[in-house]
Amino acid sequence: MSALESTPALRPGGAFGAGLTRLLRAARARPTLTLSLLLLLLVVALAVFAPLLPYDAYRQNILHRNEVPSLKHWLGTDELGRDMVARIAVGARVSLIVAITATLIAVAIGVMVGTLSAYIGGVTDGVLMRFVDSMYAFPDTLFAILMAALIKGQLSSHISGFLAPLAEIYKLSGGLLGVLLTLGLTGWLTTSRLVRSQVLSLKNTEYVLACRLAGASDWFIIRTHLLPNVAPVILLSVTFIVPNAILLEAGLSFMGIGVDPPTPSWGTMIASGTQSIQSYPHLLIVPALAIGSTLLALNVIGDALRDLLDPARRRSGRA
Amino acid sequence: MGKTDATAGKPLLEARDLRVWFPRSRGFLRGQDWIRAVDGISLGVLAGETLAVVGESGCGKTTLGRALSLLQRPTGGSVAFAEADLTRLRGRKLRAARRRLQMIFQDPYASLDPRQRVGAIVGEPLKIAGVDAKARQRRVAELLELVGLGAEMASRLPREFSGGQRQRIGIARALAAEPRLIICDEPLSALDVSIQAQIVNLLLTLQRQLGLTYLFISHDLAVVRQIATRVAVMYLGTLVELAETSALFAAPRHPYSLALLSSAPTLARRGAAADRPILLAGDPPSPVRLPSGCRFHTRCWLRERLGNPEICTTEAPRLVEEGGHRVACHFAAETSRQADSLMGPAPAAAVG
Repeated sequence: MSALESTPALRPGGAFGAGLTRLLRAARARPTLTLSLLLLLLVVALAVFAPLLPYDAYRQNILHRNEVPSLKHWLGTDELGRDMVARIAVGARVSLIVAITATLIAVAIGVMVGTLSAYIGGVTDGVLMRFVDSMYAFPDTLFAILMAALIKGQLSSHISGFLAPLAEIYKLSGGLLGVLLTLGLTGWLTTSRLVRSQVLSLKNTEYVLACRLAGASDWFIIRTHLLPNVAPVILLSVTFIVPNAILLEAGLSFMGIGVDPPTPSWGTMIASGTQSIQSYPHLLIVPALAIGSTLLALNVIGDALRDLLDPARRRSGRA
Repeated sequence: MGKTDATAGKPLLEARDLRVWFPRSRGFLRGQDWIRAVDGISLGVLAGETLAVVGESGCGKTTLGRALSLLQRPTGGSVAFAEADLTRLRGRKLRAARRRLQMIFQDPYASLDPRQRVGAIVGEPLKIAGVDAKARQRRVAELLELVGLGAEMASRLPREFSGGQRQRIGIARALAAEPRLIICDEPLSALDVSIQAQIVNLLLTLQRQLGLTYLFISHDLAVVRQIATRVAVMYLGTLVELAETSALFAAPRHPYSLALLSSAPTLARRGAAADRPILLAGDPPSPVRLPSGCRFHTRCWLRERLGNPEICTTEAPRLVEEGGHRVACHFAAETSRQADSLMGPAPAAAVG
């Protein structure tokens, strides 16, 4: 029975679980999807188990600089003799932390703005959406550069005053804070639009009207009817934001306004790799491949999820 | 206009000069005009009765229902329910004042949240009212039994049910708030005919058992005739006629009501009228640019028969008492006479 097979999402969290189950089922029929999932799993495993690797990402070894890949150093060593596998692993860690945190910030803001905008409507909706439109008008990479440069400039110079605690956090995060804020503050635009359109169509459904007649407060309606039904759209927007966040972090770090060295990030690794592209091309190729394949995998998975969440396709697929 | 018979007491739900106009932009910087979905309706629903609202699609029936429940805030006029002026209330006070006013909706597929279990759906009004989980569960079971579903259905999801069963769930949810009045917004039009009969019977039984009052919005005249105490006929956002069901079906006074009744298919229609329904030409005019004078004059067969009198295009008729009906037509008295010569004499017994 199909009713038993696909238990529907009853809580907001349920949508994600159901999405994952369906994704795994779909992977059996599609080798590219399987490969992408495995690749993502590898990246996650690298990030999680980075400290367990035999080499330290920060320990320099002048005697073994710029080594090509060998049995000892699988991906070679960099210009200071640090093991590339270890650095890629820590880089993966940075990328994932940035991606997850930025996505959380972006989704939180996006869901809030989108829901309020659609639910309140009228002038509030107009003002919020025109603001989103004008933010869209900026090329988001440029905007990210501007924000990142501002945050970096402000926080690395301020030591006293009310910004002091923030500067402290900034230092502890090794430059990550700027990247996170930038990504979180620019990434919510698409989410807010998606959520808004969904809430607009939901808020006048007859079950919401019935709930209002029963005397429910706005918050009760949002909590019990709107947010659970918006969950699939939120999941959808996550599939856009995560790869975008990874790419932007790498880009900002490449330009030197992202993660501070010596913390390895795929972006900074590419930046230093370009300096010795003639003599030691593997220093560029390895991190570039890491970013490229991770993004490709995320995109394939995102596409698959989108197909699975699209009700029209799902129905035709099942019938 | 808003007065009701002094003998019947104060109406449970009363609308005075109710207006719902939707703004429609004509384009950037070109101003806006208004869609007059409901335009000056006054009516009262008496406790215990079933007042049917009929009219063709797009005449504003649904908007009227939404405005009466304040789900759609009216642009003008007032709505009073159980002595409380709903149009003056907002927020918490409004929610409290209209708790005993519930609605049953048209689409049984859109009226239940697909993610909620039946128990949660029916129990929602109770939860909002602060009833604790245990009492809620008991009450939900009672309500489900009351509408002809088993208590064990509470753990199922809406999609496991048919349209008729879903409509029963919707009714159970409305009953959970212990309503005095239920606005039924075309509750049958999405259902099969055999299921319609079951739901009609359920509604009638519930009315008897619980002393409910219905405002029944419909375009199905056969059903209206069966269950309504009084019928209000709507055309383009206004009432054109309001009368006791038997009186209206026997001898409608407004030319539009007559056309509406004559177009309804019935198995056994008395008299020659069966063969010659009055067909109205064209679509109703746009509720944005309303005709001058009487809104119906552009399609009125009676006006044509009377040689297009000028008053129809210059002056809007008011809803006035006319032989037991309330009619908005300058020539209400002519309707039945002209209809006789148009369609043959009406059966003598029907004229009251």
